[in-house]
Order: sequence, then C-alpha cells, then structure tokens
Amino acid sequence: MMADVNVKINGISVTVPAGTTILDAARKVGINIPTLCYLRDVNEIGACRICLVEATGARGPVPACVAKVSEGMEVQTNTPKLVAARKVNLELLLSNHKKECLSCVRSGSCELQKLCHDYGIEDENAFAGAKNTYEIDRSASHMYRDNEKCILCRRCAAVCTVNQAVGVIGANARGFDTHIGCAFEKPLGEVGCISCGQCITVCPTGALSERDDTAKVAAALEDPAKHVIVQTAPAVRVGIGEEFGYPMGSVVTGKLVAALRALGFDKVFDTNFSADLTIMEEATEFITRYTKKDHLPMITSCSPGWIKFCETYYPEFIPNLSTCKSPQGMFGATAKTYYAEKMGIDPKDIYVVSVMPCTAKKFEAERLDHTAVPGLPDIDAVLTVRELARMIKKAGILFNELPDDTYDLPFGLGSGAGTIFGATGGVMEAALRTAYETLTKEELPKLEFEDVRGTQGIKEATYTIAGNVIRVAVCSGTVNAKKVLEMVKSGEKQYDFIEVMACPGGCVNGGGQPIQPASVRNFTDVRAVRAAGLYNDDIQLPVRKSHENPDIKRVYEEFFGEPNSHKAHEILHTGYTVRQKY
Amino acid sequence: MVKKISKLPFQGTPEQEAKLKDVIAAANGDRSRLMAVMQEAQAIYGYLPYEVQKMIAEGLDVPMEKVYGVATFYAQFALSPKGTYNISVCLGTACYVKGSQQVLDKLCELLGIEPGECTNDAKFSLEACRCIGACGLAPVMMINEDVYGRLTPDMIPDILKKYE
Amino acid sequence: MKSLADLAAIREKMRSKVLPEEGSGDIRVVVGMATCGIAAGARPVLDTLTEEIAKAGLSDKVSVTQTGCIGICQYEPVIEVLEAGKEKVTYVKMTAEKAKEVVEKHLKGGSVVEEFVYSEGSKPVSALKDATFYAKQERVALRNCGTIDPENIDEYIAMDGYAALNKVLNEMTPEEVIKVVTDSGLRGRGGAGFSTGKKWYFASLYKADQKYVVCNADEGDPGAFMDRSILEGDPHCIVEAMAICGYAIGATEGYVYVRAEYPIAVAHLQKAIDDARSYGLLGKNIFGSGFDFDLHIRLGAGAFVCGEETALMTSIEGNRGEPRTRPPFPAEKGLFGKPSNNNNVETYANIPQIILKGAEFFSSMGTETSKGTKVFALGGKINRTGLVEIPMGTTLREIVEDIGGGIPNGKKFKAAQTGGPSGGCIPAEFLDTPIDYESLAAIGSIVGSGGLIIMDEDNCMVDIAKFFLGFTVDESCGKCTPCRVGTRRLYEILEKITSGKGTMEDLDKMEELCYYIKNNSLCALGQTAPNPVLSTYLRFKDEYIAHVRDKKCPAGVCKDLLTFTIDKDACIGCGLCAKNCPASAISKTDYVAPGHKLPSYVIDPDKCVKCGVCMTNCKKNAISKK
Repeated sequence: MMADVNVKINGISVTVPAGTTILDAARKVGINIPTLCYLRDVNEIGACRICLVEATGARGPVPACVAKVSEGMEVQTNTPKLVAARKVNLELLLSNHKKECLSCVRSGSCELQKLCHDYGIEDENAFAGAKNTYEIDRSASHMYRDNEKCILCRRCAAVCTVNQAVGVIGANARGFDTHIGCAFEKPLGEVGCISCGQCITVCPTGALSERDDTAKVAAALEDPAKHVIVQTAPAVRVGIGEEFGYPMGSVVTGKLVAALRALGFDKVFDTNFSADLTIMEEATEFITRYTKKDHLPMITSCSPGWIKFCETYYPEFIPNLSTCKSPQGMFGATAKTYYAEKMGIDPKDIYVVSVMPCTAKKFEAERLDHTAVPGLPDIDAVLTVRELARMIKKAGILFNELPDDTYDLPFGLGSGAGTIFGATGGVMEAALRTAYETLTKEELPKLEFEDVRGTQGIKEATYTIAGNVIRVAVCSGTVNAKKVLEMVKSGEKQYDFIEVMACPGGCVNGGGQPIQPASVRNFTDVRAVRAAGLYNDDIQLPVRKSHENPDIKRVYEEFFGEPNSHKAHEILHTGYTVRQKY
Repeated sequence: MVKKISKLPFQGTPEQEAKLKDVIAAANGDRSRLMAVMQEAQAIYGYLPYEVQKMIAEGLDVPMEKVYGVATFYAQFALSPKGTYNISVCLGTACYVKGSQQVLDKLCELLGIEPGECTNDAKFSLEACRCIGACGLAPVMMINEDVYGRLTPDMIPDILKKYE
Repeated sequence: MKSLADLAAIREKMRSKVLPEEGSGDIRVVVGMATCGIAAGARPVLDTLTEEIAKAGLSDKVSVTQTGCIGICQYEPVIEVLEAGKEKVTYVKMTAEKAKEVVEKHLKGGSVVEEFVYSEGSKPVSALKDATFYAKQERVALRNCGTIDPENIDEYIAMDGYAALNKVLNEMTPEEVIKVVTDSGLRGRGGAGFSTGKKWYFASLYKADQKYVVCNADEGDPGAFMDRSILEGDPHCIVEAMAICGYAIGATEGYVYVRAEYPIAVAHLQKAIDDARSYGLLGKNIFGSGFDFDLHIRLGAGAFVCGEETALMTSIEGNRGEPRTRPPFPAEKGLFGKPSNNNNVETYANIPQIILKGAEFFSSMGTETSKGTKVFALGGKINRTGLVEIPMGTTLREIVEDIGGGIPNGKKFKAAQTGGPSGGCIPAEFLDTPIDYESLAAIGSIVGSGGLIIMDEDNCMVDIAKFFLGFTVDESCGKCTPCRVGTRRLYEILEKITSGKGTMEDLDKMEELCYYIKNNSLCALGQTAPNPVLSTYLRFKDEYIAHVRDKKCPAGVCKDLLTFTIDKDACIGCGLCAKNCPASAISKTDYVAPGHKLPSYVIDPDKCVKCGVCMTNCKKNAISKK
C-alpha cells in the first residue's frame, strides 16, 4: 500500500496515492493538462514539453505526465507564463509541419490542430524557417506515412516496439533532422511491418493513416455489372458509433446495416456468420490435432497481423498455426463459391467488400495464394471503420437518424460466439463453447469462460472437457505473443491451444477502429469499454453458440458437407509463407 | 546533418565476416554492448553498411531499426566508406577563432568535395570534427592519424602533396 | 596485493625512481606524451633521447620516460630533466635535433642549454614552478600529470597511489567517506556544480541488489581538455576514486564512458584497469576488506549530449543517447535502472587527495561556496595557452594577464568565454570577478567544465553566439521540441542578423525564444543552449544593434556586412591583389597616386566574395574591411 499524499492543484486540495502523476492528480480535481507525446503505459518520455506545469520544490517547470506528486506540493497548471510557453511550443511544431489541414484526413480529429485551436494560435508562421522535406511513403498495402506532418511524439515507435515487439520504426538521425523511419530509410512495405496499424491509432496527427480504399469501393458500387456485397466484422458494430457521437462501447448494428444499404450495397452480410464458420472448422481442427497430438499447441489464425508476425519473426511456429482462413477470408471464399452458385452469379461479377476494425485485413486481402476461386481474390476491397464512416458522411447519410435494419440472408445470422470474436479471448471462448458440446455431447451449464476474458496481455486456463485436459493461453499485442512463444520454445510452458490477437485487447482496439485521442486513451481503457459492448451483445443474441447457428448448419448441409471436409479444406483453409525480416 | 548512405555495392570479405561474428559472439547477447559491437564492426569494415548492420541486428537480437537509429545518432558511425586518407578539420572553439573554417574551405576548394564526402578516386574524404583537444596547436586538422597544427590555408596544398 | 605493507613496499622502491634521490646522481628525463605533445612531435624527441642516452653510455644514470600533460600546450613538445638537489629544468618546443644537443650538453656535459629552456618574455625560467604561468597554480587534480609515467602503476603508487583506497577500506565507514567528501566542499566539476558529497549520500540511501559508479569522461565542451589530460596523465587516480565511491555508496561495479576521440586516454585507462586488477586493487576482496569492485570502459561515439548524465547512462545501455526526464534522478534510478552515482573525471581526480589529506586540505582553498581548485583549459587569443589549475576565487584578470601572459599582437581583450556552448561571455569590466560558481552565474556565465576561451577585438560577439548555437543545433538529440526546433529557429534568427537581414523585432523574438528554450527544454543541453546568445546580447547589445540597424559588423567578421576597399593613395599598383582574387573582383584604375609609378586598383563590391585574400597579399596594408 502506498501512502497518500496531499497536494494542491491550482489551489484546490486533493489527496492521492503517492506515486500519482501530476496529470492524474489534476484530472481528479477536474483540471485537464494538455499532452501530446504522452500515452499511458506506452510512451512516457516527457519529450513534447506541452504538459509542463509549475510545481513547488522543482527547479523549473516539470512535465505533468511523468512527474509525481509529493506531500505538500502546490501545482499551477495554467499560469500566463505556462500558457505563453505552450503557445510558443505549438508555433515551433507548426514551423516544421505541413499545415495542410484542409486536405488532411485527420482534420477534426488531430490533436495538434485541437491544441492550436484551444491555445488560440493566431500566426501559424510565427517561427517560419527551414522545413524538413520527405516523400510520402505509400509502399505498404495498408497505410501511408507523411513525415511532413509528424511532430515526433514517438507514440508510433513506442507502440511498435513496446506493445508489438516489432520495432520496424523508430527515430533516425538527430537534432532537427530527427525523423521516424525504418532501417536505412527503407519504405514500410519493404521491412518486417506486420500491418497491425497500431501506429495509426496512436498518431496524434495525419502523419500516419490507412490506405484509403473508399474510391475503389465507390467505383464498384457505381458499376452496374458488379454484384457488390459487404460484410462487417464483429468489432465494427461496437466501434463505428464513436464516429457519429455515440458513447464508447455502443453497439449500433442496426444503424450500421441501414447505412450500408443506403450506400448502395446489394447485400449486407455479417462476418459473425463466418466467425461461426471459423469456429466449426477451427474447433474441429483442434479436436483432431489434439487427439493426434499433431503440432500442438495449435494457434489461432484469425488475426492477419499476428499471422504476418508469426511468418516474419517466428516461422518455426507456422506448423502450429490453424490452417483456417480468418472469418474475413472464409466469408469471401464462401461468397465466391456457395453464394455465387446459390444466386447463379458468376463469381467474377461478385465484388466482396469487408468493413474491418483492422488494417492488416487489407494486407490479408492481397494474399492470393489460396483463394477459393483460382485467379480471383476472396476479398476485393477492405475498408476500415474510419473509411466507412467517411463514406457515410460523404454520402450525406444521417447515420444517427436511420431506422435500424437487419442483415441479409443467407449470411445475416451470427451467433453471440461470433460477436465476441472482437475481443481478446473471444475466439477461444467461442471455440470452447463448441468444443465442449461437441466432445461431451452435453449442453454447457455456463457459457461464459471468464478466465479468458479481460484486457490483460496474457491469460491462461486449463479445462477438463470429457476427460481431456486442455491447457489454453490467450494473448493480445504481439509482444505478448512473443512472450508466450518464447515460453513454449523454452519448454517453460505447455499449451494445447493458443489464441493470439495482434492488437492489444483484440479487434475492439484494432488498427482500423475510430481514433481516440490520447486525452481519452490516457484515462479510459478503450479496450475494456468496447469489449463490454460486445459481451453485452452476446447475451442479447438468440443464438450464442456457433454450432447452433441455423445458417451455419444449412451451409454445411447444402455445400461443405461437414467441418474439415475435403471441400471445406479447399475453400476455407489456407497456407503460410516464411517472410524475411529485412 | 543527415548521413549519406553509400550506394557502393557491399564488398565484405569472408575474413571480415568471421571477425565480426567473433565480435558479436564475444558480446554474448548483452544488448547494452550494441554500440561497442558497432564500433568494432566499423573498425573491421570502415563503415556500417546495410549488410553489416543486419548481421549485428540478428546477432544481438535487436530490431535493425534500432541499430540504424543508433548509427544515425552518433557522429562517429559512418554509412559511407572513408577515403584512404580521411581528413578531419577541427572546428572546436579555439580552432574556429583562429581560422579553421578557412582551412576547411581551402580543403573543400582543393579537393572539390564538401565535408562528409569522399573524392571519386576514394583517396580523400573530408569531415569537420568537434574539438580534438589539441587547442594549444589551433587550428588543427588530422589526416588519418597525423596531426597538423598551427595551420594557415596556404599550408594546405603542400600538406596534401604528401599524400598524392 | 594483500595489505598496506605490500603497497608501502612498492612505494618505497619506486619513490626514488620518480623523484631521484639526493646523492644518487640519478637523472630522470620525462617527455610530455599526451595528445598535444604527440601532435607537436614528442615521439621523435623521446626516441632520440633514448637513443642518444644509450649511445652516450648514460643509460645507468639517466632514465627517460613518458609522462602526461605538463600543461604548457603552447610550448609542446616539452621535456623536463629532474636531478636530485637541483632545480627541475624544462625544455620547450623540442625537436629531435634539440634533444641531441640536450643529451650532449646537459645530460653529459652538465650545463643547461639555456636557449631551449622555457621562457616568459625574454627571461628564461628554468624552474617552472617559479614561472608566472605556474606561480598562481595549485595542482590537486593534475598533481601527477607531467610527473609520473601514466602507464606504470608503480609510479602512481610511489606518489601515494591507492593509499586513499586502502585508508577507506581499512579505517573508514562509508558514512565517514561521504562525510569527508561533503565537508571538503567539492562540487561537480562537469558544469552543474552540485555537491559531490551530497550526490554520493543520495546514491547511498537507495537499497538495491546492484548499484553503479559512473564516470563521465565524455568531455565534449569544445575547448576543454582537462579530463583527457587527467586520463592520459594519471588514469589510476580515476580508478582509485571510483573504487572509493563504490565503497561509499555500496556499488560493486563501475563504468567509465570515454570519448572515442581520445584513443590515448582510453589506452592508458585500460592499462590502468588491467594493472590494478592484476595487483588486486580491483576485483574481489580488495585489501582483504571483503569489498569487491570492478570497472568497465564504454566508448562514446560522438554525441555532445551524452555529457548529460541521463543521456550518458542511456548510451551506456546501448541506445541513442537521449536524455531522460529527471526525477527520478540517477541516485534512485540510474544506469540499467539501478541507483547510480555519476561524476566527471576532474571531480573524481580530487577524491584520493581529499581522503588522504582530509576535508580541510581541500576546503581551505577557494571561496566561501566554491572550495578547492579548478582546472581551466586556457585557449583562444592568449599568449600562453594551456591547462591551468587554480584555486577557486582567482580572478579572471590573474588568469588572463599573469598566467596567460595577456593578449597577443597588442590586441585588446574583449571577452572571456567560459562554459563552452552552455556558458557565456564575460566582458572586460568583469575581469576582476573571482572565478567561482556563484560569481560567474551572477554575471551570466558558468564555470562549466572549464573551457576558457579568450577573445580579442577581432572577434564578433554575434558571430561567436552563432558559432556556439550552431554547435548545439548540431548536437541536439532531437527528443524535445524546444531544443529540436527552438534552437534551430534561434540559429536562423542569428543567421539573419549576421547577414544583415535582421530587424529590431527579430531581436525581441530572439530573446523570447532564448528564454522559452531555457525554461522548457528537457535536459541541460537545451536549458543552457541559449546562454551564449543571452550573455552576449546582455553584454554586447550594441554589437547586435550595429548588425541590425547599421548593417555593420564592428569586429569585421560577418562577411555579408563587410566592404573591402583599397586606399587608392596607399596602393602602389603592384597588382598582387588582383592576381590572387578568386572572384576576379579587382581591376586597375587610371589613377596614379602622387609618388607612385603605377595606377592603383579598385574592388568591385558586387563581385567581391569577401574572402580577404587581397588583404593578406597586400604588402602595403592598403586594403581595409569595414
């Protein structure tokens, strides 16, 4: 137990535990201190100097984000001197910034722009001088980097290194020439980037952004020859509301479907359906491999960022990966085979769009080695939640005022098990629900597997199902995947089944989700709030187990036969390649 | 100053590679020795090209961007090879007030290169350096290990002739 | 090495070698072989001495050895002849030829070669301690530099080396050690001037499985080289001091972070560590006390910011040398996240003497708040450049006029720059200021690490400010905004001013930016970066205004503001200027001055590149710049 300390912030007394930062203590009395580089637990470097405050006992102003309170400390957060200094700080940042706000994708959600507004910057050229110039890097399939908008907060480099254990970006050169880049200034597309997009979601400005595929989708919608269908991933329904002013964690499935229909998609389907399909395949694959002790632990394959991480940094675990395509991939594969056949449409004329909380899905869609119809991609375009929101806004659709709508058949019904795919532990829980009932032929007394829920990076549990002891691990954030794999490699831990999500907290915190500024992220666990929305959605759904989804039963009856059948293997499973790190 | 990345093809020999591998092995996985390994690598190869940094990254199990980030932070690490004769002119305070800028200008003029560059025949490279601590002899320059002090620009042509 | 007795035995045996004994007839010749000495050509001198002495059959009687920096850089190569019962003789500006003569006449013939002896003005001063250069000096940190062979541990021991370590391990508790250091009044010699004893005390408070002693030998301040001289000339005193510090704070491991640009210092230090280890003065159970301590060397790679202690530690850990926010201070969370104490070389160099001679010995020198001595590297426009160690409180005038021998070429003293890129310029009206931490701070400068650069009337203070700022811009690590962007913008304003494009508003903006950077930067590099600008602006405002309002550089330095003109009546028409003009800006006129035969020349200001070649070529001083 840490002792409490008494401090005064702008004259207001407050008692906080010792070790509390000035930023947090101020928050407690309703005072916001501006920050730019600070991102709790990820980037605590006190570099941007925007949060400097005056504190008794210190020689000069101190960074509120990392400086701790001490007994009797008196803090001033908003003196004229501090405000003037913050203004100069912003003017200096602007002096080496692109300042193309009007055409910037982050206009309106840019943290720099907001601070400039809050501090009343009148002359954005107050410190005009030499500027660094960089080419925009568009080499990666999921994003671009415009260093002329970078303010060197280093949140991206920290998240890439600290959370993701990838570390392909970092600070290069020094002084005024310091810039974020890759080794030998290689473009992002030529290094071991896993496309998770975490860097984008932490970027305060428009320096990092997803590749915009909205024009591609708009063109397909305009093409009368195309039958354009769309799927929405589980975590999209809990994310997109934030783009339209809903409180974080709101599930807005009905409005989402209505908006997609209004945009002109021929059919609006639910990826929850193919998540259920994934469970059928993956649970069956697991039971088979578990029984044969074939390449255990088996590791999930739903997260394309994780897959790329494994292929690049841990190729020795490729045989342990489930061969199942991700739910996105299974949907596309089923759409271009079963659905095409059922509807009597040439698969070439079916244009499959995915709305994903993920940037790595853009990369996954470009993997053409195991597609269901040779020569045709399973997925034609991937939109992140942010891109879809932009399309909806551009189309003049009043999202909030739309009447709720429902998904189309035959892929419109997803179970609660499919919904919780969006949170870390969800895939494991969904698989366990099905595996339990498959193995025991009994009904689960309690559907919730609490041990694998929650936002902690690594979770473990052991279940005895029908006499089989199954040791599972669930991890999110590839740094945790790395830890788990290292423990498996050294023999320190033995598992039978591991779920990995590349993004910390899973898809609810995916690289394609709405961007929450650090001012929100530092005080709210975005992962937990969004996940709670999904778990709540699960409870309310009529079907909560994948194998009880009637649409799933039908697709096996009408097309695949049974899980892991030859046909299922041909269409729903895939293979992996070793990728070079450098 | 942003360091220039050499476009010359890598010409490392198996002997150099073996030496570097020994250096990496001696570090014994201690990542805090990264800079020391890079310094020894530079002593072996003369500079730190892509292939060398890659070997270091793999050997110490650190991201290559980290190696590169360190290489571009410290003035000592070179991404381009040095000439047979590397000339560094001290621009420390004592030398500066005694006219070392004019010495440097003269060298640029005679060699036809800017600081940080190497002549086409790879004979001379030129750099401005921080105080080398021989202020009593200001202005000072070094050609490889040779120190020249109390310089004036008109002494430069004769000094360069010694290395022709 | 097990005991004091072993140490004493070596000391007894070696003392007569280092300081020849009365009546033995032994002569010891030392050659200054620090970087400056070698650069000036000391190696052939040493080789010649050795050869000639052997040839003359004097090898039994005369020993020749290398030593560190003797301090009179201006006069390198320097050799000294020590003979018991006689005054030490210092020969300067030696060459191989001169060395031959010294062997012949002095070592063999017994008579001093007066013409090679160090002189001040026209009077030879064979006894260097009597020289004005030395008279005011007090050598504590530099006591062994220029006396012992730095590569011979026995010579260090002969000069009471490792006796202090023995004393603390056998006679003192860590608390007592810290008390002595605190009472001595020693303050950090790297620049900040924090109490060394207090720093050790704080580090001793934190409990941890591992603590570290760190030595900052990344001397980056351009113009300062005392740390290099100490490491080159007396490396064992650092080894000993760090072990003492380890004992005091409870650390068993130490790191010395040395600039890679100091190869001799590194080699000498490495040898010192190896020799100390083989004598059991480093390693396990030193002097049978149960205390373990060992040292590692890490090389810097050219980043001034690594002189900042948190950056230095980040660098030792193998990273980009970016500073960390403080608190937590290194005493709590330092190297590898463990409690650590960091001092610079010169600070540590004082420790063994303080321990051996007591706190009083040190605190009796200096001023009320700044005790002991401080080493300064005297350079720039001064007659005698060199390394001087003076008691705190010595005035700037004593240093410039007495020790340094005044300004060359009859020029006028303009300012003394102390503290390098973090310091300021002190004008003539403050020449009588005693040098100590508080007095220098009061007049807008700092003691800093001890660089002391003298400037005369030919130096432009705006240009000097720009020079130092250019240095910080290059050396900024780029982590925090004020330093990364702010110093660059400040530099651009100075460029504007020195090129004649500045406005009076720019001066206000410059001042505003200076204070912003000072107050808001993350580390000391940024916090002190504006000092050279602020201090010159405070003391030489008229020069700034001349650049801005009159578009003139009074010192004649800022090229863009200069006009070169030929006095047509003084010009004899020799044409040397025109012949050597790189810009072909000089042409012949029709005017023949009275008394001259040839027509005079004229400079076309539009073509002139202001290189000054014409001026250096003109034999009649007919060309001026204004």
